[in-house]
Amino acid sequence: MKSKMLHLFKSVYSFYYDGFNNMKLGKTLWLLIAFKLFILFAIIKWLFFPDVLHEQFQTDKERSEYILQQLTKDKS
Amino acid sequence: MIEHSELLVDWSRAQFALTALYHWIFVPLTLGLTFIVAIMETLYVKTGDEKWKRTTKYWMGLLAINFAIGLATGIIMEFEFGTNWSNYSWIVGDIFGAPLAIEGLMAFFMESTFFAIMFFGWEKVSKKKHLLSTWLVAIGSNLSALWILVANGWMQHPVGMHFNPDTARNEMTNFWAILFNPNAYSKFLHTITSGYVLATLFVISVSSWYLIKGRNIQFAKRSIMVAASFGLIVSLFNLTTGDDSARQVAMHQPMKLAAMEGLYDGKSAAPIVAFGILNPKKDYLNDEEEFFYKIEIPEGLSLLGFHSFNAYVPGIKQLVLGDKEHNITSTATKLAIGKRAVNALTAYKEAKKSGDEAGAVTALKTFEANSKYLGYGYLDKVEDVIPNVPMTFYAFHVMVSFGFWFIFLFIVMLYLAMTNELEQKRWFLKLALWSLPLGYAAQEAGWIVAEVGRQPWAIQDMLPVGMSTSQISSGSVMFTFWMFAILFTALLIAEVKIMTKQIKIGPKEV
Repeated sequence: MKSKMLHLFKSVYSFYYDGFNNMKLGKTLWLLIAFKLFILFAIIKWLFFPDVLHEQFQTDKERSEYILQQLTKDKS
Repeated sequence: MIEHSELLVDWSRAQFALTALYHWIFVPLTLGLTFIVAIMETLYVKTGDEKWKRTTKYWMGLLAINFAIGLATGIIMEFEFGTNWSNYSWIVGDIFGAPLAIEGLMAFFMESTFFAIMFFGWEKVSKKKHLLSTWLVAIGSNLSALWILVANGWMQHPVGMHFNPDTARNEMTNFWAILFNPNAYSKFLHTITSGYVLATLFVISVSSWYLIKGRNIQFAKRSIMVAASFGLIVSLFNLTTGDDSARQVAMHQPMKLAAMEGLYDGKSAAPIVAFGILNPKKDYLNDEEEFFYKIEIPEGLSLLGFHSFNAYVPGIKQLVLGDKEHNITSTATKLAIGKRAVNALTAYKEAKKSGDEAGAVTALKTFEANSKYLGYGYLDKVEDVIPNVPMTFYAFHVMVSFGFWFIFLFIVMLYLAMTNELEQKRWFLKLALWSLPLGYAAQEAGWIVAEVGRQPWAIQDMLPVGMSTSQISSGSVMFTFWMFAILFTALLIAEVKIMTKQIKIGPKEV
């Protein structure tokens, strides 16, 4: 059982390893993907796009109260 | 009553529009090209002809470029939900959560697993297993689109949910009603088939370029034969799904339909405008002519919207002022009902806070009785319900007229391919080549109709866009708008450069 699992793991690993290794244009594309994901998550999301409600409030109850206040603050 | 700064709302809208429109440059090509390569590979497996394998691999390479560059461009919209649209995100959270979670899981398991086999597995798995993976990539990519379009369909026609005044959230009461929301599945089918049309245009356009240049002739002819056959079928299906979408709009978003057609005054047996130039001085109250010039198809709009030649189609005037004869409630009445709902919600909140259970029960009853038009309670004036008519009208007509041109193009290309006359009709090949930008224009125009036409609503009748934004500085939204504009433009330039380079290299064929 253990050797079967090991064999499966090796097959999957070599499948991806050979696949990536034999790529030509694909390597440029993967670099582009990695660079883009880094910019999106490590810079843009982290620096500019906080989850406003999660940052300002600790609990869902507080968030609900805030939104209810937004929806009802100008009673007319 | 809307207190959120107009500047903040406008920049948040502009940023979301920019992100969505750029994202949609990449998505439809992936949706359609996956099916075209699956068909080509099926021909390879059926015939055993290596030429089909090379054809498949070439288009798969271009698919990979588009997929890689477009990947994760949509995630930015999720960032924006949490930062710019936190009120909206909280209010819809429960409805969006399930479909988007399913989308994420599906995209991860189906696309990433089978994408790897599709690209790396040519010599590693059997022909049939490889073909199965290619088809699963096509199906998986399209099913991923289902869930986001279900969420969008819900915003245009909210069903299967209940607003909980204690949590200020919409809670799902019927998952199946949301999934089988007629607005959602007509939108899904119309959107994915439009992607197939775009992918067909892409294959035909690139192949036409080869034929014009006199290179890769057999490859180009083979590709055109497959693409034009596929394109003709899907474009006709796209026409029928467009008809269904229009009927959904007529039933649930009549103001959008009126804006799509520049219809200020309602009428029975309403004609549809095939071509028109709007009079910018026209509004719903004055007697100016609606158009400087127009070409109409008699009774066309009644037929499109209600599948009846004599059906009454309300105009902007009737939808704002009301029309007793046709049982249309005026916007002023809806505003009054909406304000009652807001007041009842306020009273409910205060009664709960002070421990007045009887008061809370009464307020809740009043709220439930009036909540259908809750969103109107946040509008200032009746004119707020009118979307940007010229933008909606022209975008709709661009989309439809280009759509008809594509059907004609596919018929002619298929005929020329079958009679082996493609190379002789160089002028038509040039038309085919330059039809690709029209395809992208039609794609973007479709989303402008869908999203500009439904303004001012983030959730139809329930939540206006102005109430959906977060209380953040408009300066930060402006800054990130320009940041995204630069980032997306760079990605688009990369896409065009890499794609054109690969197209110039061409397929491995004599």
